[in-house]
Amino acid sequence: MDFWNIFDKEWVPVGAWVETALQWVVDNFRFVFQAIKVPFDIVLTGLEDGLTGAPDLLMLLIIVLVAWQAGGRRLAAVSAASMIAIGLMGAWEESMVTLSIVLTCVIFCSLIGIPLGIMAARNDRFWTVLRPLLDLMQTIPSFVYLVPIVMLFSIGNVSGVIVTFIYALPPVVRLTNLGIRQVRADMVEAARAFGASRRQTLYKVELPLAMPTIMAGVNQTIMMALSMVVVASMISVTGLGQMVLRGIGRLDMGLATVGGLGIVFLAIVIDRVSQSFGTSARDRGHKKWYETGPVGALRSVLGRG
Amino acid sequence: MTDMQIECRNLWKIYGARAEQALKAVQEEGLTKDEVRDKYDCVLGVRDASFSVKKGEIFCIMGLSGSGKSTLVRHINRLIEPTAGEIHVAGQRVDTMDEARLRQLRAETIGMVFQHMALWPHRTLAENVAFGLEVRDVPLDKRRTAADAALASMDLTGWEDHYPDQLSGGMQQRVGLARALAADPDILLMDEPFSALDPLIRRQLQDQFLTLSQKVNKTTVFITHDLDEAIRMGDQIAIMNDGLIVQTGTPEEIVTNPKDAYVAEFVKGISRVSLVRAETIMHPLEGRSTTPKTVPLGSELGEIMDEFMGDQAPVTVVDPDGSAVGMISIADALRALRG
Repeated sequence: MDFWNIFDKEWVPVGAWVETALQWVVDNFRFVFQAIKVPFDIVLTGLEDGLTGAPDLLMLLIIVLVAWQAGGRRLAAVSAASMIAIGLMGAWEESMVTLSIVLTCVIFCSLIGIPLGIMAARNDRFWTVLRPLLDLMQTIPSFVYLVPIVMLFSIGNVSGVIVTFIYALPPVVRLTNLGIRQVRADMVEAARAFGASRRQTLYKVELPLAMPTIMAGVNQTIMMALSMVVVASMISVTGLGQMVLRGIGRLDMGLATVGGLGIVFLAIVIDRVSQSFGTSARDRGHKKWYETGPVGALRSVLGRG
Repeated sequence: MTDMQIECRNLWKIYGARAEQALKAVQEEGLTKDEVRDKYDCVLGVRDASFSVKKGEIFCIMGLSGSGKSTLVRHINRLIEPTAGEIHVAGQRVDTMDEARLRQLRAETIGMVFQHMALWPHRTLAENVAFGLEVRDVPLDKRRTAADAALASMDLTGWEDHYPDQLSGGMQQRVGLARALAADPDILLMDEPFSALDPLIRRQLQDQFLTLSQKVNKTTVFITHDLDEAIRMGDQIAIMNDGLIVQTGTPEEIVTNPKDAYVAEFVKGISRVSLVRAETIMHPLEGRSTTPKTVPLGSELGEIMDEFMGDQAPVTVVDPDGSAVGMISIADALRALRG
């Protein structure tokens, strides 16, 4: 053996170990992972059927109304323009599939990420354990876990949601943790001084005050989910990402461009709308949400505004 | 229990992982704050504090920042857990109370006002003020009535549906007071309530609070770092230094008879004109004949000095029946003024 080049040989067969371990998990616990898929599957299928099944113009109207409610007329106009551009390029169907994947991912990230963030904010030890895990989820190249995900969950849109979920979960956890920790100590103390329990303090003081930060986390999660769209298409997730991937595969620049532009336009709409939901009532001049936008307009028409 | 509304006995608070050990060491060896920090890596917050507050009294705790006064007051509603000692509030033992009863006590018996107002910015004034009732599940209409009444008592009618950031600092602290009063508690804890306000507003709020306090007959613990404020507000004053209550007494006792150099240093700049009273500086008649100028018992030094404006002959002090009980010379008055 050549001493000076000892690293020519593989001494520690990490690859083989991982493969054996994964195979063992697949052989014995695949049913667990198939069970995990169920809730993702239900939500995704529902959203996908709804979004693609509804008439295009109805969906467009709904998106514009939501944008108007969230961020006013300007945002409604921007959203309308972006969505119409997607439609005119012939990427409407695909964009609805992508939208449903992103929405499913956000629902599960919020459902799991926000409680995790709250627990992390209240328990330093939990946070020290959780932090490296989140770092890991964000730094491992997503290509690395595509393989085990496919083996455990098989391919398709649901597996795509799960891949995206792993990649997009960290920001909402981090920012929920940060938001709760940043609530002024005397605000929390005042709540306790007036007899609030921990739960009441959380719901009545900490969460509302942390909400802008939490919503920034949700917004980040959405953007990360969108950025996974192309990667996820490699495990045969349909939608805009697949257009891009197919374009690359066939050297079809036109198809790839349409898919790419579609992602950009969709990203603009989702980003702006979700950011607008995050601005606190204080920054909107203390107007309740139902006093503005289409709901506000309707209320004033009905004479209740 | 006595007629005391709040009573703390031998209260200790030591922060740190080795608080129990540190407590034992301090009690046995009498370590100083710095020694506790160096030897046990613990911070001595409150050191063997005992005090009691009568019903309807305003009890001022005065000390510089870091003296432990805010820590001490937070023991009364147990926002801070004592390391050792007993706390009695309104006939109930607080230090051993369970969580549910403690929350009830905080919501119904004790109101608190904070230095930086600590109003919740996402709630309207009415929602802020009614918070203590809300956590006790009082129905909305009752909550609203109580909140409106409390805000009205602080001259804030018409602002109920505004938000804290739409108000000036002085108004915000009036909301803080209204919030503390909303559940009609017997006890008010005020942690430097007026320190963050400018002098004119501070004076106004002090007056407003004193008037209110006489009217509603609440027992108040009032924290301040300003001795002038303590003397203005307090029936009793406790002076704290390094976690220890150095001296407790009426404003006059503190000013005329400081217990040690630390208190004396504080008291030096305080005007005695309205604090020192005739009975403190008068001398017995001892056969001297009375003079035509008389002042009643209980007169303030300022009033006595007015008597010396015309001529400098001694004044006679008379009791309510009109009989002479003592005499004050101009030298006595000047000596009292100088301290």
